[in-house]
Amino acid sequence: MSEKSGAPEGKTPEPSAEKVDAAAAAKPGDTATSASLAAQSTSEAALEGGSQNIGPIGSPEPEVIEVRHGMFGGGPGSGDTSGFGGLVTTVALPGASERPYGGWFDEAVDILIELLDASGTGFAAAIESVVVDRGELTLHVAREHIVEVCQLLRDDQDLRFELSLGVSGVHYPHETGRELHAVYHLVSVTHSHRLRLEVAVPDGDPHVPSTTGVYPANDWHERETWDFFGIVFDGHPALARIEMPDDWPGHPQRKDYPLGGIPVEYKGATVPPADQRRSYS
Amino acid sequence: MSTHSTHQGPPTATGHIVDDEATGIPSFEASGGDWSDIAEEAARLGDERIVVNMGPQHPSTHGVLRLMLEIDGETVTEARAGIGYLHTGIEKNMEYRSWTQGVTFCTRMDYVANIFQEAGYCLAVEKLLGITDDIPERATVIRVMMMELNRIASHLVCLATGGNELGATTIMIVGFNAREQVLRVFELITGLRMNNAYIRPGGVVQDIPPGALDAVRDAITVMKKDFGQLEDLMLANPILQARLKDVGYLGLSACMALGITGPVLRSTGLPYDVRKAEPYCGYETYDFDIPTSTDADAWSRVVLRLEECYQSIRIIEQAVERLQAMGPGPVMVEDKKIAWPAQLAIGSDGMGNSLDHIREIMGTSMEALIHHFKLVTEGFRVPAGQAFVSVEHPRGELGVHLVSDGGTKPYRAHFRDPSFNNLQAVSMMCEGGQVADVVVAVASLDPVLGGVDR
Repeated sequence: MSEKSGAPEGKTPEPSAEKVDAAAAAKPGDTATSASLAAQSTSEAALEGGSQNIGPIGSPEPEVIEVRHGMFGGGPGSGDTSGFGGLVTTVALPGASERPYGGWFDEAVDILIELLDASGTGFAAAIESVVVDRGELTLHVAREHIVEVCQLLRDDQDLRFELSLGVSGVHYPHETGRELHAVYHLVSVTHSHRLRLEVAVPDGDPHVPSTTGVYPANDWHERETWDFFGIVFDGHPALARIEMPDDWPGHPQRKDYPLGGIPVEYKGATVPPADQRRSYS
Repeated sequence: MSTHSTHQGPPTATGHIVDDEATGIPSFEASGGDWSDIAEEAARLGDERIVVNMGPQHPSTHGVLRLMLEIDGETVTEARAGIGYLHTGIEKNMEYRSWTQGVTFCTRMDYVANIFQEAGYCLAVEKLLGITDDIPERATVIRVMMMELNRIASHLVCLATGGNELGATTIMIVGFNAREQVLRVFELITGLRMNNAYIRPGGVVQDIPPGALDAVRDAITVMKKDFGQLEDLMLANPILQARLKDVGYLGLSACMALGITGPVLRSTGLPYDVRKAEPYCGYETYDFDIPTSTDADAWSRVVLRLEECYQSIRIIEQAVERLQAMGPGPVMVEDKKIAWPAQLAIGSDGMGNSLDHIREIMGTSMEALIHHFKLVTEGFRVPAGQAFVSVEHPRGELGVHLVSDGGTKPYRAHFRDPSFNNLQAVSMMCEGGQVADVVVAVASLDPVLGGVDR
């Protein structure tokens, strides 16, 4: 823990700019240089910083995933006669957290900072933000470093996340540049800890390195995430569809993929399929 | 067995079909009969490499699992599992229903252990809502009792079908008979034998009816006798021992690498059980043990499942005692903006809202009527964020990942089903073994395809 880092506040670029940058195009070549710079700046700042927010994108603002208009999903033709059609609702997930995170989270993040800085990757380059919400620790990882982060989390004796509970996806179609999220859940049986890794990639370039080399258990889970969301896991031994037929067009769990269904007649009335009923959110 | 009009060569026991579309590769269709007949004929035709498709409609694949085996004589050289035949898009469907309706969907995933999906899902919803500590004690104890009853039912199905697949019909009959006790209790308490949708966000749908605790006690007495019979039939059975011992070996490091949990992991000696590692529903207050073994074979998994049944009975007995001591009380959170308003009763035309409740909302309380209407048509809203909750499923660790956008429906619901993950071990357990051992290895994983495919 000689080069323990903490608060890069002074050196960080402004949060929003970095966020867009990281999301829009992650270029491995670029980040290699900026990563080592960031690593140094992190450690320098840490000496005077003390315990503050870590990630360079550590904006305390929540992560906005969508802005909705109207009341019940809104818009003309929605059948909304409530008169609340002008409402604007911001849908936001909890954003980056401030130190202290509480419990074992601080120590685990400190160890990860030390390991990532020592490896030359740099914590700031690899971890976009640290989110603590509802007692769960989430690390948002830059996609080019996901394998390394997994490897460190698995192998370090103080972290020991030796069991992977798999990968799944979430589609946020309105979060421009970060539409597709791959979500990893890890368990440390040794320390009885759990954490979540999240990798966000743009819809136009949905590539994430495969973690099957570190966690062979993720084999089928990555195939499922490819099948349902269209996230391509580069380096996967056989990234074939797993639930849908091989020749299936599209990725069904995406938000723009219709649920399907037919109207059902019941006692003289017709009930529309679930995705065409009036929606309340 | 079928023959084909283009059947060529001399008549044989199996009859083979030359598949012209696949460049004249002979293919065989077998249903029953001796494998050696097919092996002989393949040898006669000069084929060295045989690829066998087992399933998806084979009775010993626990549903619609397809196993692709590459075989050299009687030895399996490569084994691959094909899934997806039971994929019904439950997770996608849940995104279009309210949080409460989600229970009726996820209960249909692993239909043999349905209460666990309900419990995991509801715990995750409650975590998102931040009401985990507000769940009435009585509801939590009922949940534990139902889960452990379901665990016994699930293990019994595993043992029963596992025995049946090896030709031991008596084991199947005794196992299913014992499971019947659980299903009767379920029917008494929830109104349904399977797909109960009994656990709801905020508690359980209704309190246990009068006489339910006695019914559970009676069921335990009968089941204990059935367990004894099953043990006599299985553990002292030399044929079963010969078929199961040292078959389907999967060591600790392989289990950790492949993310295998549940009885298969515990058969390697690691006492990892979510009930102990990350207690939920107050499991830390119950007195029970985690049985383990170090043999890591199919036989030890049978023994473990039987022992786990006894441990579940210990938990059920403690839960019944607590419910008895507790007396009647609320089984749903107090918050009327979340609690499902139905107060069910049996009327002349079946089960429905009780007349008392209808009298209250229609006659005396406008607030209650509004809440009833809003909850039933729109549902409650859940603050935006995500939660991950694990419960110990009979087959391993069931993880429920829920994402909310602040609305009345899940933005994303993902179930990390243990069967789905555990099926990845088929290759490692079967390759290098005998064809007949494939059935044993798969049975010891106990996959339920409803959960695998969701």
